[in-house]
Amino acid sequence: MSRRALFKFRLYVAGDAPNSTQAIANLAAFCRAHLPDRYEVEIVDVFREPKRALAEGIFMTPTLVVLTPPPVRRIVGTLSHTQTVLQALGLLDIAA
Amino acid sequence: MKSTPSPLVNSPAKASTGIAGFDAITGGGLPHGRTTLLVGGPGSGKTVLALQFLVHGARDCKEPGIFVAFEENSKRIVANAESFGWKLAALRKKNLFFMDAQPPPELVRSGDFDLGGMLAALEALTSETGARRIVFDALDVVLALLPDLAAERREIYRLHEWLLTRELTGIITLKAGGDETSSISQQPFGFMQFMVDCAVILNHSVVLGVSQRSLRVQKFRGSSFDENESPFLIGSSGLEVAVAHTLSRVDAKVSNERVSSGIERLDTMLGGGYYRGASVLITGFSGTAKTTLSGAFAEAACRRGERTLFVCFDTNSTEVIRNLASVGIRLDAYVKSGCLRMISARVITGSAETYLVRIKALAKEHGARCVVIDPVSAWSKSGNDLSTQSVADRLIDWSKGDGTTLVCTSLLDEMSGQGEGGSQLQISALVDTWIHLNYLVQAGERNRGLSIVKSRGTAHSNQVRELILSDAGVTLADTYTAGGEVLMGTLRWEKERAERVVHEAAEVAAELKRVKLDAEEAELNVRLKSLQTELVAKQVEKALLVRSTQSHEGELSRGRTQMKELRGADAAIPKRKRSPP
Repeated sequence: MSRRALFKFRLYVAGDAPNSTQAIANLAAFCRAHLPDRYEVEIVDVFREPKRALAEGIFMTPTLVVLTPPPVRRIVGTLSHTQTVLQALGLLDIAA
Repeated sequence: MKSTPSPLVNSPAKASTGIAGFDAITGGGLPHGRTTLLVGGPGSGKTVLALQFLVHGARDCKEPGIFVAFEENSKRIVANAESFGWKLAALRKKNLFFMDAQPPPELVRSGDFDLGGMLAALEALTSETGARRIVFDALDVVLALLPDLAAERREIYRLHEWLLTRELTGIITLKAGGDETSSISQQPFGFMQFMVDCAVILNHSVVLGVSQRSLRVQKFRGSSFDENESPFLIGSSGLEVAVAHTLSRVDAKVSNERVSSGIERLDTMLGGGYYRGASVLITGFSGTAKTTLSGAFAEAACRRGERTLFVCFDTNSTEVIRNLASVGIRLDAYVKSGCLRMISARVITGSAETYLVRIKALAKEHGARCVVIDPVSAWSKSGNDLSTQSVADRLIDWSKGDGTTLVCTSLLDEMSGQGEGGSQLQISALVDTWIHLNYLVQAGERNRGLSIVKSRGTAHSNQVRELILSDAGVTLADTYTAGGEVLMGTLRWEKERAERVVHEAAEVAAELKRVKLDAEEAELNVRLKSLQTELVAKQVEKALLVRSTQSHEGELSRGRTQMKELRGADAAIPKRKRSPP
């Protein structure tokens, strides 16, 4: 079932901070590798839209919010550990 | 407590915390536009101090504030703070804002991250609210999520930099592991102490089973500060820091006004009573009427219409009122009218510091001009002697500064012998008037004796007087000295009686003598009268005699002349004419 599910991501980044640019790149690579054609990514720059960050309660950047499939999950960091991300998304067994 | 002027110049670059005592230590508050680090163990009062700082800013300084909660949910913080009466709900609508930044427990971390998001959010919040003060409560929680030490440092610098450029007055609170404050420098974020402009360490320790809180300003760039540890208390309205007053404190106004001790004859002994604003110590063993004396003082104060606070440690206040009524000291009416406030301090538990702060707060609340503490020696039971002594210092200091007349009693240890040993608190050296009560055992009786050990600035009687308690009131008896001893009790009574008898006898004797003299006088008067009558009779008799003699002589000479004329012997007439000189 999860094989077909659409993954909606929202990535909060802090301008062009090294962490954030790294996260954008990591997410793009991850999605291409593990979720081809079934992902949507929205990137929110907290410096440009601080009120969204405030409303959402984003205090650490970069933060990846997994909007669908439920439950809503948050992954903080550069997403450099692919295994952790897979586990968080419940994709570990599929990848294995 | 009155905020006393501090010797440390109150510079405008300080943000007042509104915490009694803390501003005095730091010379006005925390560095304005800079960051302050607040370090302390669990339950040391970090959050309360930080929140109080914000509340004061929002309410009294027109400086809106933001509270960033990393550990506790803001709802819980607000609920917990309700007990301090800060009315956070009203403030939250206008100029006090909370931001919940607790990392969710299910948070997944993958790789490095930073606090850019939080700063961006805060940026939005500060520009929206115009916040000038900000608190990061338990920053260590979020720092712990960072992967390495370098990242931690980087984020701390980022935060610090952000605060500095926005010129926000910030407080960052951190947990200190263990109870030793020195150990924080070994912790990963210990270097923060070097970075920030001001660091305050909170301590919460237990000494002999009694909780003692203290705080110490570790550093304060660009300002002098009180470097010592200052005890503090989390009271009913927040933190209260005890400050031994500072050098430039304006000396209290000294009054020459006398206030009655409540016992007329004691006033006389003291040359008019206690001085207004003086501290009076009444020492004595248990049962020497210490409470009675202090009760008499309280009653006198209330009669003058002065608001009075009576703190009793040994007994319940209702018992004190009942017991004092038995010696004619009626306090219940004044309690009802609100003039007198009785506090049974057994319900207050804690260190001597706690007692002092509570008493100060109560006195302030009541607007008391006279304070009675019965007995102050109860303090030395709770907490170590060292702190108790400094508390006693501060007690006297405070009452002087406020112009409050303070009467405290001190129970002397029975075991310390009959000597007039000073009280354990060493308070006797500090007080202005020291009255010592003692038992004097004479002729199989114990009687209460009162003596004035010292009374600064007043001439006072040096005699040991007997203190008499009766349902008519409290008074001091006349003293009789016999063979160098002051007579008390029945000995005094016997002496009094003996004198009365002697006096009566003398009166009777005098009366008798007078009557006798009266009789003698009357007798003499009678004799005088009869003699006078006799005299008159004699005078009459004498006059008659003269007259009869004269007529007799006239008769004789007339007869002789007639005879001569009849005889016609010789002319005797010229000779007779010559004869009168």
